Amino acid sequence: MNTSDSSLPNQVIEATGLIKRYRELTAVNGITFSVTKGELFGFLGPNGAGKTTTMKMVQCVSPRSGGELKIFGEDPEFSGRNIRKRIGVVPQETNLDPDLSVFDNLVMYARFFDIPKSDAEKRALSLLEFFELEAKMDTIIEKLSGGMKRRLLLARSLMNNPDLLILDEPTIGLDPQARHHIWEKLLKLRAEGHTIVLTTHYLDEAARLCDRLVIMDHGNILVEGSPDELVRAYIGMDIVETDNTDEVSRYLNLMNISFEIGGETIQIRTDKPRELANILMDKFQGIRVITRPGSLEDVFLMLTGRRIRE
Amino acid sequence: MRRKTGKKFRILFIGAYHVWLRNALVFRKNIRVNLLPPFIEPLLYLGAIGFGIGAYITDIEGLPYVRFIAPAILAASVMNASFFECAYGTYVRMYYQKTFDALLATPITIHEVILGEIFWGATRGLISALSISIILLLLGLASPVGLLLALPLSFVAGLLFSGIAACFSAVSPSIDTISYPATLFIAPMFLFSGTFFPLHLLPWIVQILALIFLPLTHVVSLIRGLLTESTDPLWALNITWIVLGTIVFSVLAIRLFERRLIV
Repeated sequence: MNTSDSSLPNQVIEATGLIKRYRELTAVNGITFSVTKGELFGFLGPNGAGKTTTMKMVQCVSPRSGGELKIFGEDPEFSGRNIRKRIGVVPQETNLDPDLSVFDNLVMYARFFDIPKSDAEKRALSLLEFFELEAKMDTIIEKLSGGMKRRLLLARSLMNNPDLLILDEPTIGLDPQARHHIWEKLLKLRAEGHTIVLTTHYLDEAARLCDRLVIMDHGNILVEGSPDELVRAYIGMDIVETDNTDEVSRYLNLMNISFEIGGETIQIRTDKPRELANILMDKFQGIRVITRPGSLEDVFLMLTGRRIRE
Repeated sequence: MRRKTGKKFRILFIGAYHVWLRNALVFRKNIRVNLLPPFIEPLLYLGAIGFGIGAYITDIEGLPYVRFIAPAILAASVMNASFFECAYGTYVRMYYQKTFDALLATPITIHEVILGEIFWGATRGLISALSISIILLLLGLASPVGLLLALPLSFVAGLLFSGIAACFSAVSPSIDTISYPATLFIAPMFLFSGTFFPLHLLPWIVQILALIFLPLTHVVSLIRGLLTESTDPLWALNITWIVLGTIVFSVLAIRLFERRLIV
């Protein structure tokens, strides 16, 4: 048996009963999760669920109020500097240096990791190439588009060749082209073996990227699993969507078919989508009926409710 | 034990140096506009007050008026450059540019960030001192040896005013409230620290208050001593205030920022 592997733990993050309290608010309420090497792990949840707070604790920026937390097997309370040396962070809010060029932003950032200037310059060039930003090397930050700034933040987070990449809402506010571009790069990074943790409230993003994810709300983890597992476990069936009218809901009640109302539409979980759709279309002339497989979004809304979050 | 502390200090100063380096790089990018005020402002003061008003003023303590205020203008620009850098500059980097957030995601700690900011503020003070020294040297208004000795002193004074500014920056709820210390503390200090008239013209109680609460008094008195090749009887008190103040305010600034940012 090879025992030398025990010094290189496969668990990159291990949190047990992790708590974060601010004066009157409990932002993270005793969550337990672990992230394995090479995994792309997602934190999903509405605004204020506690995702960013959790990330701040993992980054060793915000001290925890309770529970256990180990990153690379080390405690952030005592080894913050060592842990941060091995982490790359893409923050939710852009914090690039607005007065510096794209290239200088990367090289200067590497200096904070004590990386020699010549090494930093080499690495900056190869990362700019990877993120297709070589042409913008000497551009000042404020001249970049939102998508380019995000890509540059991603490039910056890789300057120290991190063992763990933390992305807080990596595609927030981007147009579809820019989002797909970022996704493509993230999948490439995962294929290279990087361990990536991301938070998002975009369901399509989570479904497309994550190997495993947790859904959080009010500081708690509600469920954990792969996107497919979660859809199978919590929806399990197909969805028939139709217009929300009094006649339809009266009919469904009469037939004892359970349904959920989401604004203008009625959603029915069923294992016989075709039959149900046909009945509805025969019964009510001119209404809109759509059948589709259940999605992560259905799981999300089912677990976190439809109420709007501030 | 001592070795461990030594290593800790070395890491602390390397981190602070990198923060300083970042600010210096940004300064260099806008060097022309950044170097304008430290050259122009002292010329304006020397011209208007020193040569203009000074023509109507008799010698003070055996010195022509313009020679009397030259050291004070140097000291006051060190104060202004350092204070404004670590009050407004630091606040902008912390709050608007989120530079501190970026730094804290790297191995750099909050202690190193603030220490680097204070060193950078002192460097701005030193740059001002240097440009004024050149002007005073060219105009023959100060002793060359005295000017040379005033430079390291300016840097230490810069640390002091940066530390004080950082304390205010750390507790300011918004950038507008930094106006309070700027108008209620820095502006009166500029006028009542033995800068434009000797301190002993003031009532003795005001003199004592100035010595206690206006650190510029001590800086002016030391620099005037160097530039006019004289010695103020209170030089030991001057040095003690500056050194102790630098340590106390720097440590306090670090604690205050820690309380604000590490939550």
